[in-house]
Amino acid sequence: MAVTENNQDHPDAEEKYQPGRFLTRPFAFIGKAVIGWINVLGTATVFLFTALWKTFRPKQFPKVIAQIYYIGASSTTIILLVSLFTGMVLGLQSYHALIKFGAVGGLGALVSLSLIRELGPVLTAIMITARAGSAITAEIGIQRISEQVDALHTMRIDPFRYLISPRIIAAIISFPLLTAVFDFVGIIGGYISGVALLGLNAGVYSHSIQSNVDMKDLTDGFIKAIVFAVIVATVCCYQGYFVHMRKDSHGAKAVGLATTSAVVTSCVLILVSDYVVTSLLLI
Amino acid sequence: MNAIPLIEFKNITKRFGSQTVLQNVNLQIYEGQVTTIIGLSGSGKSVLLKHIIGLLKPDEGTILFRGKPMAEMKKSEMAASLAQISYMFQGNALFDSLNIYDNIALPLMETTNLKRAEITRRVMARIEQTELTEATYKFPSELSGGMQKRAALARALITDPRIVLFDEPTTGQDPVRKNAILSMIAQYQRKFNFTAIMVSHEIPDVYFISNRILALYDKTIVFQGTPEELGNFDHPFNDEVIHSLEGLQKELTGLYSQRKFKILNHGQLKRGETGEDYCIVVFTLSALDAVISGLGHDAAQEIIHAMGLYIDKHFGAIGGFSTRRKSNEFVTVLPFSNIVEADSIMNDFVRDFQEQGISDIRKESQKLASSDKCVDFAIRAGIAEGQPTDEMDSIIDLAKSQQKEIGRLQCAAKE
Repeated sequence: MAVTENNQDHPDAEEKYQPGRFLTRPFAFIGKAVIGWINVLGTATVFLFTALWKTFRPKQFPKVIAQIYYIGASSTTIILLVSLFTGMVLGLQSYHALIKFGAVGGLGALVSLSLIRELGPVLTAIMITARAGSAITAEIGIQRISEQVDALHTMRIDPFRYLISPRIIAAIISFPLLTAVFDFVGIIGGYISGVALLGLNAGVYSHSIQSNVDMKDLTDGFIKAIVFAVIVATVCCYQGYFVHMRKDSHGAKAVGLATTSAVVTSCVLILVSDYVVTSLLLI
Repeated sequence: MNAIPLIEFKNITKRFGSQTVLQNVNLQIYEGQVTTIIGLSGSGKSVLLKHIIGLLKPDEGTILFRGKPMAEMKKSEMAASLAQISYMFQGNALFDSLNIYDNIALPLMETTNLKRAEITRRVMARIEQTELTEATYKFPSELSGGMQKRAALARALITDPRIVLFDEPTTGQDPVRKNAILSMIAQYQRKFNFTAIMVSHEIPDVYFISNRILALYDKTIVFQGTPEELGNFDHPFNDEVIHSLEGLQKELTGLYSQRKFKILNHGQLKRGETGEDYCIVVFTLSALDAVISGLGHDAAQEIIHAMGLYIDKHFGAIGGFSTRRKSNEFVTVLPFSNIVEADSIMNDFVRDFQEQGISDIRKESQKLASSDKCVDFAIRAGIAEGQPTDEMDSIIDLAKSQQKEIGRLQCAAKE
């Protein structure tokens, strides 16, 4: 057939008209995607360890302090608000559920263990991602597209040392501290709704906490907070630092997409890693 | 040139995906000179420059630094080589969250163990040299384009580099500021004696400050030599690049390029017959360096620009054509005038210039003067008559030898 003959002259013809290709295409697509993810995972791991390695260089301390202020101290207000209302609603819902079983005396334990083991680390990480993580991606991304990162190279200032390391270290320090604040204020929120508004005895509430919360619960919560800190800081810095490598867009649009991507990826990874870490800690 | 080049490219090829940007590029850059790489936008000039500083690596070929391949250097050797190089980006790449002081201080703060007082002393000295005192604690977004360029230049020079790379330093500037920035680069190059490597398409302005020109065309270097040699270079690059950029220059300033000027002169003289005289007038702005140091680069370039426009307006109307021959020198050909007629035309010019021209130039320069210093300078002119058979350069030299003062701007300082 003339058409077939003509097509065979074309360099892509053989690939284009290969019979049964529609059957293999989904596998090729999945394979390509998996290879892509593995590549990203590998690059991000190298990215993280390079940044951590470069933490122990001179003149890093002031930069870490500045980032602790930005990621940690500046996020305190939003953490206070979210934790207070999370504790209050948790106290309210749990009170009405427990009262059906005559177990309202366990309200303090339920609220505090929920917060310390799960809600505290997870919600703190998500709130910091939304507030500081997105800003980190946007800031580094803009520095990348406006050649400020290249300028650091030309001035012989290592961008990893100057931009990435302080942020990752600051996140590792800030996340557990803010998680502790979240846990404490959340428990007070539970007290307000359970004791002050619904009339539970204050002694019962606090005794329930004292007798049910172990040191392991606290350390497990902080371990999660550190894991989330590493994930959030790495994902957000990585997305900003490699914004110029994006294939879907360029310039300001790429920064916007990288920011969205950083927040979504961080939130998903927080929840996935939460399950994995919880499983490991419960073994 | 027999000396070992400071930087040498040997058969450099660079590809981005399937697109080849540089193909078998060979070039030499020598120490202590101003070397300018010219070419059309998107021709790979910045890519070439980024290979020198190590921001990009070639796919093929070798880059030699003082005769040694960079790829074979040890890490410490490479770091020592790159430490001699500074880079001024096309878009300045100033840190927008840092003020000008912090931007300039950044390389010293991060890469040296100098005490804060010493860093402050050095930074303030550079700020003063680049006329940025008023902008010291302002952020880049609060400054004009020209001031941002100066801040980027101050940052590039703060580590006292031996080599400075300028990636299109005049982008986005008006003609006066473009020349002011080029003049500033030339002045600092003389003052600090660094090797300047510049990417630009400001033709012919870059000729005034460049020792060597490299022409990038069709992915490779097609010319290396002096600006004068480029005038005699017979290649499609001349038609497609030089002519188009020179045409733009004529639109902006009214003055012809030196090459176009020579062609016009040749054409006019060919039409004339032996024995038919023509005249050349040479104008010189005296003490340009004193004007620059007293009033700043912007004001000095505004004076030169206004002077060029005034000359073109006056002599262009009677069939004359002019060019800027040096940074402070203009040459005008009066093709249909003998010395008597030229003298009469010149007398009219001098009268108009003293009545109106000087005050116009003073007004323009005052707008851009950076200080209240009082700077006097003179404008000199000389006429010489020649015949079609004479060498133009010899007539120009004769005109220069007969120069006398036609105007003086007294205390052209900021009011």
